[in-house]
Amino acid sequence: MHPILKMALQRLALGVFTLFVVSIIIAGAVEFLPGDLAQEILGQAATPEAVAAFRAEVGLDKPPVERYFSWLGGVAQGDFGTSLATKRSISELISARLGNTLFLAGFAAVIAVPLAVTLGMLAALYRNSWFDRLINVSTLSSISFPEFFVAYVLILFLSVGYGFDARWVLAVLGLFLLVEGFGAVREGMKIGRFSMFGSVFGLLGLALVVNAVFGWWSYQVGAVQAFPSISNISPDASFSERIYRSFLPALTLTLVVTAHMMRMTRASIINLMASPYIEMARLKGMPPGRIIVKHALPNALAPIINVIAINLAYLITGVVVVEVVFVYPGLGQLLVDSVSKRDITVVQGCCLIFAATYILLNLTADILAIATNPRLLHPK
Amino acid sequence: MSDDTILKIRNLKIDGKTGDEWLPILKGIDLDLKRGEVLGVIGESGAGKSTIGLAAMGYTRGGCRISGGTVDFEGTDLVAASETYRRKLRGKKIAYVAQSAAASFNPAHRLIDQYSEAPIQHGVMNTTEAESDATELYRRLQLPNPDEIGFRYPHQVSGGQLQRAMTAMAMSCRPDLIIFDEPTTALDVTTQIEVLAAIRDAVEQFGTAAIYITHDLAVVAQMADRIQVFKLGETIEEAETRKMLSAPEEDYTKSLWAVRSFKATAKPKPPADEVPIVELRNVDAAYGATPVLFDVNFKIHKGRTVAVVGESGSGKSTAARCITGLLPPTKGEILFNGEALPPGYRQRNKDQLRQAQMIYQMADTALNPKQRIEDIIGRPVGFYLGLSGKAQRERVRELLDLIEMEPDVYMHRFPGELSGGQKQRIGIARSLAAEPQFIICDEVTSALDQLVAEGILRLLDKLQIDLGLAYMFITHDLATVRAIADEVVVMQHGKVVEQGPKVEMFKPPHHPYTDLLLSSVPEMDPGWLTNLLGARERGEIVDAKAAGASDN
Repeated sequence: MHPILKMALQRLALGVFTLFVVSIIIAGAVEFLPGDLAQEILGQAATPEAVAAFRAEVGLDKPPVERYFSWLGGVAQGDFGTSLATKRSISELISARLGNTLFLAGFAAVIAVPLAVTLGMLAALYRNSWFDRLINVSTLSSISFPEFFVAYVLILFLSVGYGFDARWVLAVLGLFLLVEGFGAVREGMKIGRFSMFGSVFGLLGLALVVNAVFGWWSYQVGAVQAFPSISNISPDASFSERIYRSFLPALTLTLVVTAHMMRMTRASIINLMASPYIEMARLKGMPPGRIIVKHALPNALAPIINVIAINLAYLITGVVVVEVVFVYPGLGQLLVDSVSKRDITVVQGCCLIFAATYILLNLTADILAIATNPRLLHPK
Repeated sequence: MSDDTILKIRNLKIDGKTGDEWLPILKGIDLDLKRGEVLGVIGESGAGKSTIGLAAMGYTRGGCRISGGTVDFEGTDLVAASETYRRKLRGKKIAYVAQSAAASFNPAHRLIDQYSEAPIQHGVMNTTEAESDATELYRRLQLPNPDEIGFRYPHQVSGGQLQRAMTAMAMSCRPDLIIFDEPTTALDVTTQIEVLAAIRDAVEQFGTAAIYITHDLAVVAQMADRIQVFKLGETIEEAETRKMLSAPEEDYTKSLWAVRSFKATAKPKPPADEVPIVELRNVDAAYGATPVLFDVNFKIHKGRTVAVVGESGSGKSTAARCITGLLPPTKGEILFNGEALPPGYRQRNKDQLRQAQMIYQMADTALNPKQRIEDIIGRPVGFYLGLSGKAQRERVRELLDLIEMEPDVYMHRFPGELSGGQKQRIGIARSLAAEPQFIICDEVTSALDQLVAEGILRLLDKLQIDLGLAYMFITHDLATVRAIADEVVVMQHGKVVEQGPKVEMFKPPHHPYTDLLLSSVPEMDPGWLTNLLGARERGEIVDAKAAGASDN
């Protein structure tokens, strides 16, 4: 058997075992939640008899271990059971939400991954220049703000409409800030200083100009706003409709995850730039861009792939806040709702899917890291 | 006449940045090279040899700058030329062969793709032409399976083959000038010969001019038409090879030439009934499932030096690891003063551990950079002898005196503040701190310049006489063996192929492998390589295949 296939199967088996352990931890953690579904639904005024009767009805009176194993038995056969609160099939409930979450994550990833890797390579190529500093400052700022803040800023610039005159004023102001701010940054780099004020003003100017452009565009097509601030997509929405409606949440997520991947790309490449084989490529007369893409990047892939995998997993499992801000019907929101309702079977199902996502993405990252390393792919 | 000169360097000054200061590396170098001529550049580390080589391509490493002078290549000053112009020249007109081919080949690409890159990117050939050309050059440089070897990745090819593949790569655009920067320094002596021969033939065939940088005089004597000697960024002297070898004018050059004259004090043979300090009896050892030592036997007597020689992978260092208990042997035993030692170091007591100490090849990595000298040496003093406080400091001072380093000056320094030779002395002091009877010296002079290495050998010799130490001296350098050994053990493929007193070992008849090792050591005679290859061809001397040397 091919060594990579063998390793993949081994890791997959290990992943299934990890999932089993995770399921025990989830079941245990859910047991520790104060109160249960019966108390939550029946409220404070319920008599102990009513609560007990409700528990018996949904099976909450059985011991936790028994409940866990009957649930696990169902999951093993692909049946996640029914929601205790709504009596709907969990598989059905989750699959619709999971589809939405995967769509949003995929949308964000399609923008963020190529953007981050390209920016990382450019930053490495023009290392320590004003361009490099500017990319670092802007990506770091976007990761440093809380997600909801980034989301609201985007809504402010890309969704809220202004009057026509105000837009012109803002556009001119933006252009002024953009030119002056980045000009200051460039001047500063000439004497070896980085102008923080310059970059902040420049970025603000850039945002205003973008705002003006999109505002002008929405004005042209006769829309009230460039992009909707509420992404309540319905199941029968067309693909382009989905893209349009989920643009702002996807952009928010892009801003949140880009910094991490971009900085890892930059650092991994710069780390290799002192290697003898990079010097060799220079001495063969290769241009700097080719050296980065052909000589450094292939050797820097393993750490970059790992960071991308972690960020993709985050895009699927960590988007609760963004989903709430944009009222996006994803898995994260379902999880939060279910926890507050003490709908433990749904919580367990969601958590298990999140865990499986992490395991699968990490497995993929490991396999890709091997597949891109000739030492491992072509042994002596 | 002026058309004949391909490279003309005038008053070249290069500075390197240390902290916030620019310190000179090259202090005004003049260098001339004619078409088809091979110039040997020689000097110790820090002489600026590599800097000169790179400057000939108009290239400086990060943290360096050209502060003056001109590098005139085929009529254009590369210092003043644009980066684009220089880039078009590099790889096409001037090529570079680096010291470590293993590090200088990109691990992510096949050899042939790296070969083709320069010709394709410089627009000299298309892919098909470049690939058939690669095969052709691989054949000329006598690489095995020239049709297939290019499709391997660098890690699948041995060091000697990689070095030849790199020479082929440098020749891919048929440049007018090739810079060879210590291309054989990292190779075994038996492999070095093949690479030297391949390089010399290729340079002759294509009439390429070359700058051959090395610290090894005997090697440069084979390769160069003319030799230029450097010291600390300045030219010491320059002459045609034969004249330079027979009649060097400057004292510094003479001192370089004289290094190989050192001989350790000869010691009387031990009485036949003397119990050896260390004895290996039928030792087998393995790394995991891979056996590396087979039935190894040898003895080391008090006050004597046993040199263990062989190429890399022959099991020299593994034998040392067995003696120290780092790698418990799978069979056989190790006796110390006639008593069997427990196989693993964990089962040995402190006194058994104390008796056998080690000095390592890379003093840089063997010393903790965050500890002061007094702590580095004080640690074994405290651990083995139980001394602490003032008594420990006193002992450290004695040890520093012993290795001829002024205690007041060096006690409080960090390893980073010492030179390579001084660091190796600290390594010696640290091993002496345990007051052992026996020291394993693992390639202790390989990383040092010849003058410095000689100092270390003199010191080891003096310590041996004063303290009655026994040495196991692991080396691949037969010149060092000649200088210091009393007895020689020759190893190949994990077996001892020959052993005996040095005087007998350097006299024929030999085991074929010993013969190969001995005949492969370069000699100062400029005709040596030609004569040797001729003799091997005619079958008068054993060659690598006959001796069963590992593939090169």
